Amino acid sequence: MSESVAALPKGGRVRAKLDRDDVMMRLWMVVIALYLVVTLAFPLYAMLSKSVSTFRFDLTWFEFQVSDEEGHFNTAPILASALNADLDLYGETDLATGSDGRLPATTFFPEFSFRSPVMYRIRGTVDDATFLVGSTRHQGREWVELDSNTFRRVQLRPAASSGLDNFRTYFATPALSNSITNSLVIATVSTIVTIVLAFAFAYALNRSCARFKGFFRLVAMAPILVPSLLPGIALVYLFGNQGMLKGLLMGESIYGPIGIVIGAVFFTFPHAFLIISTALAISDARLYEAASALRASPWKTFWTVTIPGARYGLISAAFVVFNLVITDFGLPKVIGGQYNVLAVDIYKQVIGQQNFEMGAVVSVVLVIPALLAFAVDRFVQRRQVAQLTARSVPFQPKPDRARDRAWFACCAVIAVFILGILGVCQFAALVKFWPYDLSLSLNNYRFDLMDGGGWASYYNSIKMGLITAAIGTVIIFFGAFLVEKSNGFTTGRNIFQMFAMLPMAIPGMVLGLAYIFFFNDPANPLNVLYGTMAILVICTITHFYTVSHLTAVTALKQMDREFEAVSASLKQPAMKLFSRVTVPVCLPAILDISIYLFVNAMTTVSAVVFLYSPKTSLASIAVLNMDDAGDIAPAAAMGMMIFYTNAAARIIHLALSRGVMKRTQAWRFR
Amino acid sequence: MLRKAPLAVSFAAAALFWTAANAQTELTVYTAFEAEDLKRYADTFNEDHPDITINWVRDSTGIVTAKLLAEKNNPQADVVWGLAATSLLLLKSEGMLEPYAPVGVELLDPKFVDNDDPPAWVGQDAWVASICFNTVEGEANGLTAPESWRDLLDPMYRGHVIMPNPNSSGTGFLDVSSWLQMFGEEEGWAFMDALHENIARYTHSGSKPCKLAAAGEIPIGVSFAFRGAKSKAAGAPLEIIVPSEGVGWDMEAGGIIAGTANLEAAQTLLDWAVTRKAMEMYNVGYAVIAMPGVAKPVEHFPEGLLDAMIDNDFEWAANNRAAILAEWQSRYDGKSEPKS
Repeated sequence: MSESVAALPKGGRVRAKLDRDDVMMRLWMVVIALYLVVTLAFPLYAMLSKSVSTFRFDLTWFEFQVSDEEGHFNTAPILASALNADLDLYGETDLATGSDGRLPATTFFPEFSFRSPVMYRIRGTVDDATFLVGSTRHQGREWVELDSNTFRRVQLRPAASSGLDNFRTYFATPALSNSITNSLVIATVSTIVTIVLAFAFAYALNRSCARFKGFFRLVAMAPILVPSLLPGIALVYLFGNQGMLKGLLMGESIYGPIGIVIGAVFFTFPHAFLIISTALAISDARLYEAASALRASPWKTFWTVTIPGARYGLISAAFVVFNLVITDFGLPKVIGGQYNVLAVDIYKQVIGQQNFEMGAVVSVVLVIPALLAFAVDRFVQRRQVAQLTARSVPFQPKPDRARDRAWFACCAVIAVFILGILGVCQFAALVKFWPYDLSLSLNNYRFDLMDGGGWASYYNSIKMGLITAAIGTVIIFFGAFLVEKSNGFTTGRNIFQMFAMLPMAIPGMVLGLAYIFFFNDPANPLNVLYGTMAILVICTITHFYTVSHLTAVTALKQMDREFEAVSASLKQPAMKLFSRVTVPVCLPAILDISIYLFVNAMTTVSAVVFLYSPKTSLASIAVLNMDDAGDIAPAAAMGMMIFYTNAAARIIHLALSRGVMKRTQAWRFR
Repeated sequence: MLRKAPLAVSFAAAALFWTAANAQTELTVYTAFEAEDLKRYADTFNEDHPDITINWVRDSTGIVTAKLLAEKNNPQADVVWGLAATSLLLLKSEGMLEPYAPVGVELLDPKFVDNDDPPAWVGQDAWVASICFNTVEGEANGLTAPESWRDLLDPMYRGHVIMPNPNSSGTGFLDVSSWLQMFGEEEGWAFMDALHENIARYTHSGSKPCKLAAAGEIPIGVSFAFRGAKSKAAGAPLEIIVPSEGVGWDMEAGGIIAGTANLEAAQTLLDWAVTRKAMEMYNVGYAVIAMPGVAKPVEHFPEGLLDAMIDNDFEWAANNRAAILAEWQSRYDGKSEPKS
């Protein structure tokens, strides 16, 4: 292109003149983009640099001097590295360690005896050299003189450096790297099962005349309202050693892959169902007429018309489910037993071993499959073209008694599964002491006597949900408006779009961990946010940014750009158009975004598990912590509180939407 | 967290999250005390010092320790009260503790006080490993009650024993470190290799094994005596067993975080934490406390627990913690269940 341009005579560059509105809109876009950079890009960068920050013992940093039997220091000081070379003790790889590493100084003295009268001196050769005498810390070049009995308590501490050592250690430790296979296996199996079930369910609701469709649709969406740990808790009561249906497992343990898959099917079902249902709803009856005219068997019609028509929906659903399962932390934590998966590994590394560097490494490993699944999903979505043309005839299922009954039975089984899980949790929450005392009581609701922050955490969750919904909706919708409706500035808008899509690919655990690294840095002026409600809100908004952004963009795309043209020609400022036209027209979408944010803020665990503080403990975290402490029934009780709250919020949302539809959307129905 | 904020931000934040704005001093206290004790402890403390409000940050030992270390350069806590001594030694070696000798510290058993002068931390009470045995489920599965750690290796217990993962649980770590100290390194690991064959799974928290034993989910839980006594009091068919070889223990200890803005209040709390009144308060749930001659027997606590406590080398445990955990992980954490 540049060559052809060069061949033309040079002219002045043609640029559209920017008016005040354009400048303002760009400015605001930059502000929101900056928000995304600070809450997403910077923390991820901090995490990446943490994953390559390593610790190793630098033996040139320490110097020893040994006395004779009388305590006179006659020999010259000697470096630890020289002793190491003489004795051939540690190779380069042996000296890599964690931030918590300790190396006993006595290892450099094979003749060492704590009873000998020999005295020892130790010092650093640089200011940063650190060693411990017992647990007292010494740093710097001062000589420290110790008798042999004290010298055996000397431990060298590692120095910080950087490199790929952590990744090497990760892949060399089977206990860690096995989790990659485990995670992939679990995610793949869960995806297949969920997609098959969700497809059957969606097919029954869209393509048959089975009864109670409205009810089934409602039931299918219920799992979205609870944290992913809840099915795990229900499974303990159903299939644990004291479980009601233990016999069904035929001796297999529910703690492990079986439990994770069943639970994962439960909590990913609504996501898959929604996507596939949308795909199946759009169908052209003419294709089916053609098929039957050509005397194709129903089986053949299914494979040549139905499946190809829904293929993008199926692929998209598969990758969404895969992503949800591989990044989920709550469920395998509760029911995973000894079956290690990546998301739980991050938690174990960070919380259990205080090995933040390794936690960062596992995070990087976890981001890769999540990013891939995300990329495939985006690619497929782009290929999805309009199948419903103006000439299409919507498919209308015809009643067929036997078939409809079969589909009804299929839906009923799935509905019983979903309602059963919820019912078991509610039952467990009300039983006094499972399985020995089955009388009912409200004891399990006395959260203040348990781990997890008590009732305060429940109110915190509601507060967090409301703030997230309010602030998040404003930021996200305004951002989408700017990127969708501003003129020119293509590069900037594309970059913004990219940032808006990125959060979906970042697992919650990874985001939470990245927030610690970034916001808890004392050099960061934003560290005042650490430990506050604000950081939980910011993290949650960022974590759930993408879907909300897409909802807003879809709604905005439905608005003709002529609105802008008209308002500009009437010399109306863009902000007036925004508040008078855009917002009212898009109100249903805005309400959808806010309920989506609220529900997810109530149920999320992974993103906030590293970030909550005493004053900001959350209900979903309380479920996790109570289960962790063995208070499983109260955990179920709190989980069900989240469910009822979200259900209530949904009902309010529904009522509001109806009202809004009547007041502002009358123009849609002529 | 707000103390480092510029004034304007503090005001804005205060206006946003308006709480009681009087002369109350608020102390952020990181703890691993049992959740059900927190309110009682704070209330008892407030009887003597109503002007200091305690904001608890409670989690299991591993998590609180991780949190403290993560916040090393930007500490959020003012005081640590009720955290494992092993963890406090870690904090001390990172230079995170402000040495302080609480008034009356000389009345405590020296075993419960840091060696340095002034001490970096002081202990309050000890929590001691025990085995929780569900008699109803034991009978149903035809199991006899174990009497020693080595009894647990019997093949009849296969799949019926549950213990905490030392990588996340302080109780789990004190079990492992006590076995290594009692049996010696080589035999200790051999013991755990054999025990691993009988373990159903490893839990994240130290109280969960006993609660699972109480609920009959797994008949034998390796946990600590305090938890067992509580569950027994709640009506669980439990027998609390003190293994004959001896039991590991750790103490709940406290210290001041260096750099706290509320040093005076922190010192007041630590002074109070070693008073006789406080000791009696710990004694409600814990049979072993730091001040000699105060302890009264605690209901449902097993007999002979005090004599069975091993001579625990905390410094050894703290300094070898990283190496022990890495070894444990490579031996037992990698062995996942068969693939599905």
